[in-house]
Amino acid sequence: MAKTYSAGVKEYRETYWMPDYTPSETDLLACFKITPQAGVPREEAAAAVAAESSTGTWTTVWTDLLTDMDHYKGRAYAIEDVPGNDDAFYAFIAYPIDLFEEGSVVNVFTSLVGNVFGFKAVRALRLEDVRFPIAYVMTCNGPPHGIQVERDIMNKYGRPMLGCTIKPKLGLSAKNYGRAVYECLRGGLDFTKDDENVNSQPFMRWRQRFDFVMDAIDKSERETGERKGHYLNVTAPTPDEMFKRAEYAKEIGAPIIMHDYITGGFCANTGLAQWCRDNGVLLHIHRAMHAVLDRNPNHGIHFRVLTKILRLSGGDHLHTGTVVGKLEGDRESTLGWIDLLRESYVKEDRSRGIFFDQDWGAMPGAFAVASGGIHIWHMPALVNIFGDDAVLQFGGGTLGHPWGNAAGAAANRVALEACVEARNQGVQIEKEGKEILTNAAKHSPELKIAMETWKEIKFEFDTVDKLDVSHK
Amino acid sequence: MSTMQDYQSSLDDPNSRKFETFSYLPEMDQARIRKQVEYIVAKGWNPAIEHSEPENAFDHYWYMWKLPLFGETDVDTILAEAEACHKAHPDNHVRLVGYDNYAQSKGAEMVVFRGKSV
Repeated sequence: MAKTYSAGVKEYRETYWMPDYTPSETDLLACFKITPQAGVPREEAAAAVAAESSTGTWTTVWTDLLTDMDHYKGRAYAIEDVPGNDDAFYAFIAYPIDLFEEGSVVNVFTSLVGNVFGFKAVRALRLEDVRFPIAYVMTCNGPPHGIQVERDIMNKYGRPMLGCTIKPKLGLSAKNYGRAVYECLRGGLDFTKDDENVNSQPFMRWRQRFDFVMDAIDKSERETGERKGHYLNVTAPTPDEMFKRAEYAKEIGAPIIMHDYITGGFCANTGLAQWCRDNGVLLHIHRAMHAVLDRNPNHGIHFRVLTKILRLSGGDHLHTGTVVGKLEGDRESTLGWIDLLRESYVKEDRSRGIFFDQDWGAMPGAFAVASGGIHIWHMPALVNIFGDDAVLQFGGGTLGHPWGNAAGAAANRVALEACVEARNQGVQIEKEGKEILTNAAKHSPELKIAMETWKEIKFEFDTVDKLDVSHK
Repeated sequence: MSTMQDYQSSLDDPNSRKFETFSYLPEMDQARIRKQVEYIVAKGWNPAIEHSEPENAFDHYWYMWKLPLFGETDVDTILAEAEACHKAHPDNHVRLVGYDNYAQSKGAEMVVFRGKSV
């Protein structure tokens, strides 16, 4: 029976609120935290979000009748209370898979977090989680290599890897910068890293940086007999420039490059990840600008969603926060998105903020990167929290060693290996941390002085964005 | 400990050459090796023994000592194979591997007998 056209404004819930709908295996599911304007009923606000993030607009249009709107529309199928917050509620929305271009996180998020976030009927809106159906996951390229391949390339097994961001962030000449890299690598780190805002400034153009850093990698490999890398940042003003820098990194034999996936953009990142797969270059991903999106508990995009975006778009490493360092990050919540980054199947678990089962199928996982204000005393907790499939990055904690970078690197390497050995022996390393490090320092003057230097530094501020379950 | 120390490492000193996991700790004694074998067994991984001349340790492929000990869970048997490899190649690095066939990777890999540096 064909529908008739009737112009005018209908309530969203007449069309988009479907509490009896059972989501299909191939639907893309989203959980939004909605704070509606006063007087707007929950069902209407949820339906409005479903409409504005899919097929709907504010008024009926005659062209709606030229297609099967009941097939293409987003469906608000459930609402739930937010623990500890009476102003907001969770809305669950199902989107049919054919609303989205295959392999395009750009397209998915242009819909899901597009116009709807400025919509007047909601006071605040936060995308808490997204379930990507396996049918969609398999259309995405994903991490260029993944954890297992990177371990084989870098020859690192049975432990987390160690890194360091070179400081000062800005202002060093390329040759002095390469010196800092060399000292870290010869002292026992696996990787060093360009800071995110090191691109190609007047004080150090990318080309000289790449050349001198590669010299540092080559010499430290011959000296230590171990495989080394430095994340050469190819984040650039234009895609052409980005690929030019990536090509040169490959040409000189650099094992790994890096990109900022939010400021650089999902389109650039997905393209670069495919290039990395094709060219055998590992890809480290930084997340500058994430806190703008994910820190406000009521508005924006949760980092677990940004993690899923990166895994689909592609990257072999992703910064995840440290739990223990200078930057924001709740422990249970962090454990949740670390799983989403690394595991092949992650079950719904509200105690870690995970709203949906997520099946990654054959898509590789990526290394979690812990970086920011961590030092030797955090090592036992970091090994315990992150396990082996992580890169632990000590910037100030390496470069700030009183005897220099090489000694700082050696101190970190000794501490890491001592913690891993103890863990393998069944020791409770967070509890016994002090004893493990003190024993290890007997054979390492570099570690001993590092322990004395950073003894009193702690970062114990409360987290701003807590899990909703912990508010009560 | 206030005097600054020089970091001892150079191309002409073979002792500067490391060999990945646990090579920054003191060489393992029997008791420490046993604990790591127990860890590999407890994880359900397949133990294996490999060796290499120290000067070729950077290569991806070392010499396999026989085949990996698939399904072997007896710690003494595994230790005996490592010892036998060390006796047959006293100047070589001997490493203990735990193959994790589900991750298609090595869950553990460490040198348990250090060769003579040249």
